[in-house]
Amino acid sequence: MIELKRTANRIRQDVVRMIGEAGSGHPGGSLSAADIVTALYFNEMRHDPARPDWPDRDRFILSKGHAVPVLYSAFMEAGYLSRDLLPTLRKLGSPLQGHPDRRTVPALEASTGSLGNGLSIGLGYALAARLDNRDYRVYVMMGDGENQEGQVWEAAMWAGYQKIDNIVAIVDYNKQQLDNWVAKILDLEPLQAKWAAFNWHTIVIDGHDMSQILAALRQARETKGKPTCIIANTVKGKGVSFMENNVEFHGIAPTPEQVKQAISELEREAANLG
Amino acid sequence: MATRDAYGKALVELGRVNPNVLVLDADLSKSTKTNLFAKEFPGRFIECGIAEANMVGIAGGLAAAGKIPFVSSFACFLMNKAFDQLRIAVAYPKWNVKVVTTHGGISIGEDGPSQQSVEDYALACALPGFVVTSPADETSTRALVLRAAEHVGPVYMRTGRPRVPIIYPDKNELFEFGRAKRLLDGGDVTLIGCGVTVAECLKAAEALAQSGIRARVLDMHTLKPVDREAVAAAARDTGAIVCVEEHLLDGGLGSQVARAAAELAPVPMEFVGIIDTYAESGTPDELLEKYGLTAPHIVRAAERVLRRKK
Repeated sequence: MIELKRTANRIRQDVVRMIGEAGSGHPGGSLSAADIVTALYFNEMRHDPARPDWPDRDRFILSKGHAVPVLYSAFMEAGYLSRDLLPTLRKLGSPLQGHPDRRTVPALEASTGSLGNGLSIGLGYALAARLDNRDYRVYVMMGDGENQEGQVWEAAMWAGYQKIDNIVAIVDYNKQQLDNWVAKILDLEPLQAKWAAFNWHTIVIDGHDMSQILAALRQARETKGKPTCIIANTVKGKGVSFMENNVEFHGIAPTPEQVKQAISELEREAANLG
Repeated sequence: MATRDAYGKALVELGRVNPNVLVLDADLSKSTKTNLFAKEFPGRFIECGIAEANMVGIAGGLAAAGKIPFVSSFACFLMNKAFDQLRIAVAYPKWNVKVVTTHGGISIGEDGPSQQSVEDYALACALPGFVVTSPADETSTRALVLRAAEHVGPVYMRTGRPRVPIIYPDKNELFEFGRAKRLLDGGDVTLIGCGVTVAECLKAAEALAQSGIRARVLDMHTLKPVDREAVAAAARDTGAIVCVEEHLLDGGLGSQVARAAAELAPVPMEFVGIIDTYAESGTPDELLEKYGLTAPHIVRAAERVLRRKK
């Protein structure tokens, strides 16, 4: 548990450095997703960085593609990507494209960035597993604002009806989207009831509490005959005081001074973890 | 036989030899004829309900996992409703999805403009890496469906609702993407069609022959990659080209051919197609006549281009 928290902390630091270096990007939604992505890649998922094309690997799709720095950081931590690439995010010729591009990073299971697409693609993988009698699992992380896309509900309806139980949708419910608070743009509530109504098993957790995340993923694995939706209450910009719940940091990079401050805060947190 | 019927039969044939072939439909399988496949291979037929966007996304994921998914619906619904998914979950990651639509063009008839696809060639051609085809008859439909399954990469195929005449009596005629078929040779003008307009081009060539004009007729069953050599040869040998398509004049067959001609051998060209409008209800024949896609219209276009040739 403590090791996972340390990993999440390092990933957060890399997210801040990477986006700071790039001069553009989406820190808020990357930081809110950091603990869940850590739990998936460093505890829950069956995968092998030496074999990104292993047919039996579990799949993770970051449908909220703008948060890709958190995934690149996890890939560097896991060994899918060299850490030397960190300063190249969003730069011409870099494999680290501004949104996930599986042409350049094979460990990415889908190219995303147009919201709403990830769950359907994940269902394709999940259905292929069923047809091939493979036991891999599929995890799709969506943004909260992304739940405003109609395609999400097409996919939710189909998965519920088809009882696709090897897929887990995770909503990074950080309560903010680009323009404003989600509740002021187009409120999702009652969100759990909506997913439940589409015949999904639903679990609501604190998306920054590692033990709750792990427990929810375990419960999802044990849930048969239904897909599972984990609604993770999170804080946008989590871990960096001046980014937390600050909608300005949805899509704006920190300045070099802000990077320094953010890193020192995160280092303090790491020190407190022991 | 309609090309959609040929598609349904070809899918069954394909299903028997290739266990990786899956078929997805959005509650139109009786019309798209994928119900033939569903009947024989219920475990490999995926009913998605009236949710085209999700259907295309699922197909992308299936292709990423090594399957060969064929997704089908009416051309207007699949191309227009799921264009973002065709971009993000098919074209951009270069996933091996085959998009075969039925009810292309205005010749679907009575159902009217909301069901008539007049933009699908342009949309499909705008997707990087897509092969775009529009076969004219049952022989070419079957051959190109089988070819699509072998081809690694996205393919778009438009088929039609009405019965169409047989253009290729030899059932084993070979077809390659990007290789046009020369159906008739002549030195005065070239008529280039695809889909239902191929038969009209042949009729027009017959009519032109009555007045001593010898027309070459090409079946450009693959719009993209267009057969640049055939276009250049047509331009050089006949000095004038008429393109005929059951589609808006913007972004379809004419655009593809014109670009090749402009780059390789510019000659006077005329374009027969739907001019910046949606059509209406009516019988297929009435509509093709009213919107200017039948042989007499092609003859007039040929006469115009011949005057410009001098």
